[in-house]
Amino acid sequence: MTSILTYTFKNLPSTSKWALRFCVRPLSCSSQLRAAPAVQTKSKKTLAKPNLRNIVVVDGVRIPFLLSGTSYKDLMPHDLARAALLGLLHRTNVPKEVVDYIIFGTVIQEVKTSNVAREAALGAGFSDKTPAHTVTMACISSNQAMTTAVGLIASGQYDVVLAGGVELMSDVPIRHSRKMRKMMLDLSRAKTLGQRLSLLSKFRLNFLSPELPAVAEFSTSETMGHSADRLAAAFAISRLEQDEYALRSHSLAKKAQDEGLLSDIVPFKVPGKETVSKDNGIRPSSLEQMAKLKPAFIKPYGTVTAANSSFLTDGASAMLIMSEDKALAMGYKPKAYLRDFVYVSQDPKDQLLLGPTYATPKVLEKAGLTMSDIDVFEFHEAFSGQILANFKAMDSDWFAQNYMGRKTKVGALPLEKFNAWGGSLSLGHPFGATGCRLVMTAANRLRKEGGQFGLVAACAAGGQGHGMIVETYPK
Amino acid sequence: MEVMNEIWANDQIRSAVLISSKPGCFVAGADINMLAACKTSQEATRVSQDGQRIFEKLEKSTKPIVAAISGSCLGGGLELAISCQYRIATKDRKTVLGVPEVLLGILPGAGGTQRLPKMVGIPAAFDMMLTGRNIRADRAKKMGLVDQLVEPLGPGVKPPEERTIEYLEEVAVMFAKGLADKKITPKRDKGLVEKLTSYAMRIPFVRQQVYKTVEEKVRKQTKGLYPAPLKIIDAVKTGIEQGSDAGYLAESQKFGELAMTKESKALMGLYHGQVLCKKNKFGTPQKEVKQLAVLGAGLMGAGIAQVSVDKGLKTLLKDTTVAGLGRGQQQVFKGLNDKVKKKAVTSFERDSIFSNLIGQLDYKDFEKADMVIEAVFEDLSIKHKVLKEVEAVTPDHCVFASNTSALPIKEIAAVSKRPEKVIGMHYFSPVDKMQLLEIITTETTTRDTTASAVALGLKQGKVIIVVKDGPGFYTTRCLAPMMSEVIRILQEGVGPKKLDSLTTGFGFPVGAATLADEVGVDVAQHVAEDLGKAFGERFGGGNVELLKQMVAKGFLGRKSGKGFYIYQEGSKDKNLNSDMDSIFASLKLPAKPEASSDEDIQYRVVTRFVNEAVLCLQEGILATPEEGDIGAVFGLGFPPCLGGPFRFVDLYSAQKIVDRLRKYEAVYGKQFTPCQLLLDHANSPGKKFYQ
Repeated sequence: MTSILTYTFKNLPSTSKWALRFCVRPLSCSSQLRAAPAVQTKSKKTLAKPNLRNIVVVDGVRIPFLLSGTSYKDLMPHDLARAALLGLLHRTNVPKEVVDYIIFGTVIQEVKTSNVAREAALGAGFSDKTPAHTVTMACISSNQAMTTAVGLIASGQYDVVLAGGVELMSDVPIRHSRKMRKMMLDLSRAKTLGQRLSLLSKFRLNFLSPELPAVAEFSTSETMGHSADRLAAAFAISRLEQDEYALRSHSLAKKAQDEGLLSDIVPFKVPGKETVSKDNGIRPSSLEQMAKLKPAFIKPYGTVTAANSSFLTDGASAMLIMSEDKALAMGYKPKAYLRDFVYVSQDPKDQLLLGPTYATPKVLEKAGLTMSDIDVFEFHEAFSGQILANFKAMDSDWFAQNYMGRKTKVGALPLEKFNAWGGSLSLGHPFGATGCRLVMTAANRLRKEGGQFGLVAACAAGGQGHGMIVETYPK
Repeated sequence: MEVMNEIWANDQIRSAVLISSKPGCFVAGADINMLAACKTSQEATRVSQDGQRIFEKLEKSTKPIVAAISGSCLGGGLELAISCQYRIATKDRKTVLGVPEVLLGILPGAGGTQRLPKMVGIPAAFDMMLTGRNIRADRAKKMGLVDQLVEPLGPGVKPPEERTIEYLEEVAVMFAKGLADKKITPKRDKGLVEKLTSYAMRIPFVRQQVYKTVEEKVRKQTKGLYPAPLKIIDAVKTGIEQGSDAGYLAESQKFGELAMTKESKALMGLYHGQVLCKKNKFGTPQKEVKQLAVLGAGLMGAGIAQVSVDKGLKTLLKDTTVAGLGRGQQQVFKGLNDKVKKKAVTSFERDSIFSNLIGQLDYKDFEKADMVIEAVFEDLSIKHKVLKEVEAVTPDHCVFASNTSALPIKEIAAVSKRPEKVIGMHYFSPVDKMQLLEIITTETTTRDTTASAVALGLKQGKVIIVVKDGPGFYTTRCLAPMMSEVIRILQEGVGPKKLDSLTTGFGFPVGAATLADEVGVDVAQHVAEDLGKAFGERFGGGNVELLKQMVAKGFLGRKSGKGFYIYQEGSKDKNLNSDMDSIFASLKLPAKPEASSDEDIQYRVVTRFVNEAVLCLQEGILATPEEGDIGAVFGLGFPPCLGGPFRFVDLYSAQKIVDRLRKYEAVYGKQFTPCQLLLDHANSPGKKFYQ
């Protein structure tokens, strides 16, 4: 047995390296609106559409996002999701029986709780008559949970839906190899001792080497960090630029944390441990310190490092989404409208992380807005290099003409309106939960800064992306 | 070189990067025309020594030079790269490294035989130089042939290819600076196996064993017909055992000698011919084939479908039964899956390629087909039936191509509503391995139809010859008299094994009896009878009865498990089929002692082939001798060291061949009567097929 264990461990890559590769996998971005100068005139007064129900976010919360392997490491995913649901109940005081439906997004599934939404809802004390399902779409899984809720409400099926997301990267399913699984399954079917012995005789030591969850795109076998490094090189983004952007993210997150702006966080009393009330991945460092790190993916000359990538994170988020009528009837003062949204997809090899570039103009056109109408941008930061590549792609006529079928570029993003309270690089990125964080940050920033429209955008594994307009609820 | 001198002279410059401004190509070798211009071996030796001198300067450079490789880095290109202090290559499919000189009958003459063994070890160097194989960048990194890889980039704010080259340059500059500052050392860590190998290679006894084994292997494989491999071994050996001065001298001298051999002239001729047959001289077709349909999911049909989907063509594969179709689909899948096993494609790419194939039993979507290739049973009435069915459902612009090895296209086109769109496309089995495609045009086939067929064939990666219609076209027509002679030789009592060894000893990659088994005895019988009727006595010699009796007994060759040999699944050894003895006995002919020496037997087979090939050119079936040589070597396995029938006549003199033919004509009669064009060449010695 000892030898078997040793063998198994030998086959596991060192934790840190593995963790890093993982963190690169899903990616999403969102943008928020900022206080608009009084003189600015919007293209549109509101995005309400005739004959369509207005859909609102009453409120949304998240438990603190923690580095994997820290306080949440002994929990299961549904524990985190349950904590987010309970936090939302507490924050909104919504009666459980009013909730029509619950949807959660997640990426790496715990096989025991593959419909994690249902397990979390039951555990949080929701009625067993409230159905729940789980969606997966890499880093935009909770975006998909939200837009599914929007669809269900818009079509008049339901009035009150909870949408959220969860990810626990402290524990991931590591499987036996296919050969081992096959033998185990065959053994369970074998009827006689002879059959069993003959099956066992086929056993080889390499059957025991475990299978790790996909750290790479299935279609290209390329890890996301590797793709990000190539993307940064394709757009000629230097290591220094990437480190500077990462430093910006951490500094802004630290500032927001210190000023108490991250109001979507609900404290979580971890069983057997302390009460967690703050994100623990925010670590403003210095450019000199960051420059010392070795490239993590393309060695020895790449530019993506642990410091300018998002890290493996545990966390969960949840939002209360309603039709406007219902919310008002229940006496709520909603935070924001959820308006037009788009999903995009492109080449999963060379444009894996360019989702926001494609989603941004599409969703703006759909809503009839222009870039200058947006007060708050809230984009998912998978890697510094990815964010900067998207900036450059959006600001390039050549890229717009040759790859997006547009006559002119999308336009430069105003950095002062962009991810002003930090982003996934600093706050962390629990794959399935980031989408809700982006939307709530956009909504909260709009209220704080006095803006009207926010743009949320994110990229995701598989070369997909999402964009959505958030409109602040009038005071 | 001037630039290099400037670099060495300028104190400000501390290191340099060598990079090609041509995308997709670092340096694809020296200009072989320069070599062809050499009249004597001394001149060729000088060419080699010039190269050696330049590269020696590079190697001894005190300022580090980094070769940044993107695209082909072959022959002289690789020799240049390995003279530099550091190599960085783009990891894409276009970037290949290799020393293909041996395939041209020469050796890497600019220091390659001396530097390569030091760089990658003796065994790997022998493998590279003796096979001439292309090595992909990632493999080259593992072997130590390149020091760093650069991943190809996707789109940024300029075209991906352009930016990738820029990036390669940036990385190379980074390393060049690092080398100059001594922050990076060009040495690399060797793996355990590599360390052990290089340790073993330090023992003279082990080295001697290696030379011996490699030499034996080469002798066995080349049968002494190709001089280059042995000279390569010699040059390497001299360098290692007697020091590099002796090595470089040996390399350049042997290079000079090889450049003057008939074999190298033959092989270079083939190279030129191949380049020529990879071009579409009929222009761009009006309509590109985007939707292809293949009729018949047999061995050929499925093979054609495989090479088409592989290149991204949407292909309908139609058969008449679910079982037949399923077999064909499985063949395509297996072909693609074998590429996965060889790591040429990923399993995901395989699935994506395979989804281009649509199997069906009806004519659904044929109204969208731009070209239909039929590969149904070789029977004129069946071909007529499918042609009519297809024309009823396909659009007017659709080309109808018939894959047949002998049925005249004119006869197939006779029932067509659109004979100008009918063409022959003769593929060779196995389609995914055999490079040749013989396209057959009739008098009514339009130029655009031909252009379309050639364009498709090129897309499928084929080497293409375009010939006129006639019984057996070109390839089958040359094969038939040769096979007829083979049968006569067998009837005269020469056993299949002996015959095989005589023919392979002449340079045929596959022995004549084995070839019949591979082609299929029933097919051979069909062809022999059809062409026998068309050409009469000239195609006589052996008795077709032998093939008939074999078919009657079910000895169809490899496909039925028995032919001249017995074939067993999983076993590579083949034993003679003893049941053939009675057939041989019943058809036995007396051997003619005056034409039965080993050499006579070889020449009887070859001269009939050559005579028929020249006749095809004389009659205008063939447009050029280049196509004749390419067709014979790539489609029928004519000895590559002879360069094809036309090159063979040029190099060995038409007169000698005519003399041979006359000798056998005296014994056997008209089958050996030399054709007029061959006589013309014999009569005026200055006349050559290749000027």
